This record gives sequence, structure tokens and C-alpha cells, in this order.
Amino acid sequence: MSVVELARPVEKPRATPKGPRRRVTAWHRWLSPLALLVVWQIASATGLLPERLLAAPAAIASTAVELTQAGTLPTAIGVSLQRVLIGFLVGGAAGIVLALAAGLSRAGENAVDPIMQALRALPFFGLIPLFILWFGIGEEPKILLVALAVSFPLYLNTFSGIRGVDGKLAEVATTLKLSRGQLIRHIVLPGALPQTLVGLRQALGVAWLALIVAEQVNATTGLGYMINDAREFLRTDVIVVGLLVYSALGLATDAIVRLLERRALAWRRGFLA
Amino acid sequence: MATRLSGVARAFGDRVVLDSLDLELRDGEFTALLGRSGSGKSTLLRALAGLDPEVTGTIDVTDSVAVAFQEPRLVPWKRLLANITLGLDAPVSKAKEALAEVGLSERSDAWPLTLSGGEAQRASLARALVREPELLLLDEPFSALDALTRITIHQLVLELWARHRPAVLLVTHDVDEALLLADRVLVLDEGRIAHDISITADRPRHREDPGLVTLRTTLLAALGVSPEGRS
Ligand SMILES: Nc1ncnc2c1ncn2[C@@H]1O[C@H](COP(=O)(O)OP(=O)(O)OP(=O)(O)O)[C@@H](O)[C@H]1O
Ligand SMILES: [Mg+2]
Repeated sequence: MSVVELARPVEKPRATPKGPRRRVTAWHRWLSPLALLVVWQIASATGLLPERLLAAPAAIASTAVELTQAGTLPTAIGVSLQRVLIGFLVGGAAGIVLALAAGLSRAGENAVDPIMQALRALPFFGLIPLFILWFGIGEEPKILLVALAVSFPLYLNTFSGIRGVDGKLAEVATTLKLSRGQLIRHIVLPGALPQTLVGLRQALGVAWLALIVAEQVNATTGLGYMINDAREFLRTDVIVVGLLVYSALGLATDAIVRLLERRALAWRRGFLA
Repeated sequence: MATRLSGVARAFGDRVVLDSLDLELRDGEFTALLGRSGSGKSTLLRALAGLDPEVTGTIDVTDSVAVAFQEPRLVPWKRLLANITLGLDAPVSKAKEALAEVGLSERSDAWPLTLSGGEAQRASLARALVREPELLLLDEPFSALDALTRITIHQLVLELWARHRPAVLLVTHDVDEALLLADRVLVLDEGRIAHDISITADRPRHREDPGLVTLRTTLLAALGVSPEGRS
């Protein structure tokens, strides 16, 4: 009956697929991308799509294998990963420490929040020229750009997470005679965690973005350098390999956060399911 | 230390909820607090628990207070047992005992959001009882329980009260519950204690006890309800 159909709740995006019917549809979803690949390959083979503009899927695959065997790709990935990791750790730590300072006291909020709100309006990719002037073209400007990009989503989300903790639970903490330290550890931080994790996912997204931009502008190593270098020699296959690696790394880090979410927010699962 | 309130007042905007209220809760006394919905019972409890910084007047109260709020207010990211032990000095075995007493041993690993309303309410009660305070504030702690569970939990509260002799202030809407459990019944109306009635009948009590039947009529009248008109 149509009324029943309408009344059914909207499917949750992360609901686990159930039953054979779902599996069939999941398989169906691979058809159109595969078809696109085939069309692309044919277009390349017939010369309709010149290699100068975009290499053929098969050529891209074999280039990926070559670059891996030659060690060029693993080295570039290692360099880029290191930049993201260090930048992420530095920026993440800064964002969270500042959020704690602002979230846990009015004085802290007055000291930190206006500055963060002002800086937040800054287009941070526009800072690249300044960063180059200040730090040259070594690792620092790249790592710093990543750190800067990461710190804001973590700051904003953690801060609002802390402020959003249910006041009724704070009252419970008072009646249970929790110390301030215990209140923060048992109520405030876990209460802010869901929002911090949202910030973490946003932060990872912008971390990769910041890295790509920084590496395009000036680099002598890393994935961005590999891509830029390839452009000079019209190697569209290498460029596409580089882009695919970027997206694979982005997806991988996102999956890690999701895993983290699932473990850290287990208390909500029974409720949401 | 007895609990004393004098001239206690609280208003939300123009709405005066507590109006120069005087009250003494004696040590070891079981007091029930009745009053219409919105009469200020929870407001009074919050004041006693030291949770309301805006209340005025003198409140003389022990530090050793435990509260079971009107909503269970369990900490959702702590499993049930961890909720009971939170801020508790006593050993974990005491917390487990407390859960067993409210019939929740098997759920001690459960996340609070997966508990039923009555289960959450019992857990919240256990969390308050296990602290063995000098003053126990219970805000409608039995409202989500079925009739049978309610009788069991009444017994439990009476036993714990007899064992440690805290002063108890129990908010309830149920006149019979007040008559069965309390030494003293208060009615809150117009921001003050409008009625203060002692109950001297021996426990265990029965609803049909002629003394209680008379008191029930008195209390219902005090609440503005005639017994015949009550379904
Ligand atoms: N934070 C608040 N802001 C504004 N009004 C409030 C607030 N808290 C309580 N009130 C009002 O004060 C009055 C008393 O509330 P209270 O919760 O003490 O009632 P109660 O006697 O416990 O009622 P119930 O039996 O329904 O629980 C109500 O009219 C309520 O709307
Ligand atoms: Mg109330």
C-alpha cells in the first residue's frame, strides 16, 4: 500500500546491507563504471581520445605497475604521507588544545575564540606566497599549510561539542560529587567526542586538499612533484596515477576515522540501529 | 544534621514557584512531597541538592546528598555498572549489589540508551541508593514502573532506609504511595508547604487500614480532589 511505503523511514546511509536482494543491487552498481572504462579504453585505442589529453586505462595501469617497481611511486607516497601525518598531528593537537582552552572556561573562550574566528575567515591557500617568503620551499610551508587547514575544523567542532554537552549531565556530576577533573574526563570530553570526530573527518579531507595545493606550488619530492613533473613531459598516465593515489589515500584515512567512530561511539549504536 | 529551609524563594521570570517556603526535614525521617504538576516539587529538590544558584533564602543542608532525578539521567557513554560506580568511594561489589537489588544484574554491561524506561529509572535509583547519603532526594523514582515492580522497589527503598536511616524526601503524585511509605506527607501549593501531615501507622502498611483511609481523604481534599470523583 502506498501509505505504508510513504511511512517507511528514510534509509540510513550506514545501515548494513541485508539479504541477497541487496547484494544483487550492489553488484549492479559496478556495471556503469565498468562500461565507462570500456568506452574510455575504446576511445583511446581508436585515437578518438589522444594520449596527450588523457591516457588509456590500460596504459595507466601499466604505468602504475612500472612506477611502483621502479620505486618512484612508493617514495613519493612516503614523502607525501609524512607531510600529511606531521601536519595533521601538529594542527590536530593545536586545534584540540585550543578548543579545550576555549571550551572549558569563559576566560579561555574570550582569549582564544575571537582570534580563531578571525583567522578562520582567512583564505589559507592565499597564505602560500607568505609561507614561501617565511619558510622557503622546504618541508615547513607544506606541513604548516596542512596543520593550519586541519586545526580549524577540529577546533570549531570540539569547541561546539564541549559547549553542547547536556547541562543535565553536568548536574548529575555535581550530585555525584565529581571533581572538575573528573567532570571533564567522564562527562565533558566523551560528550564532545561525537562532534570532535565529525571535525576529524572534515580535517582529514582538508588535510589532503592542503597537501595537494602545497605540493603543486613548489616541491621537489612527493606525489605533487611527481604529477607536476609529468606535466612537463605530457605524461597524462603518470598524472592520473598520482590523482588515483591521492584519492585512495583520502579514502583510506576516511575509513580509519569511520572505524574509530564505530568503536568510540559504540554507546550510540544500539540506539541508532 | 537536620535540613532546614527558611524563606526559600524562586521565581522564573514573573512566575513565582517557591514563595518564602519554610521546611525542616528531620534526620532519619521519611517524607513524601505531594503537589500538583508544576507546583514546584522538582524546583524544591534542585534547591536542596544545591543545583540552583538563583534560589534565595536560607538552606541549611548536609553535604551528603544523593539525588534520583525525575528523568533517569544516566551517562549515555558509560555502561550501566560504570554509571553506578561513577564518583563512588565504595568498592565495585557494592555497585553490583545495588544493581542486583533493583533487578538489573544481567544488564550491568548494557549501554544506557538500550534500557527500557523502567530499567533506566531503577538504575538511576540504584545510583542514588548505593551512595548511602544522609539525605536522599527522590523525584518520582517509581513513575515508570509497573505495579508489581513498584511493590518490590518500595520494599527495597524501605529496607535501605531502615538500614542506613537517611532522611528521605520522596516526590510522588501517588497519594497511596505516600501513605504506604512515609512518616510525614507534605503538600506543596502556591509556593509553600500547605499541609504537613504525620503518619504514625506501623509498617508494613495496608491500603485498607482505617487510619490511612481517613488520611487519604484528607490528603485528596488538600490536593483539591474528592475521592469519589477520582477514577
Ligand atoms: N528552568 C526553568 N525555566 C522556566 N520555568 C521553569 C524552569 N524550571 C521550572 N520552571 C517552571 O516552574 C514550575 C515548577 O516546575 P517543577 O519542575 O518544579 O514542577 P513539579 O512540581 O516538579 O512538576 P511535575 O510534577 O510535573 O514534575 C513549572 O511551571 C515550570 O514550568
Ligand atoms: Mg517534577
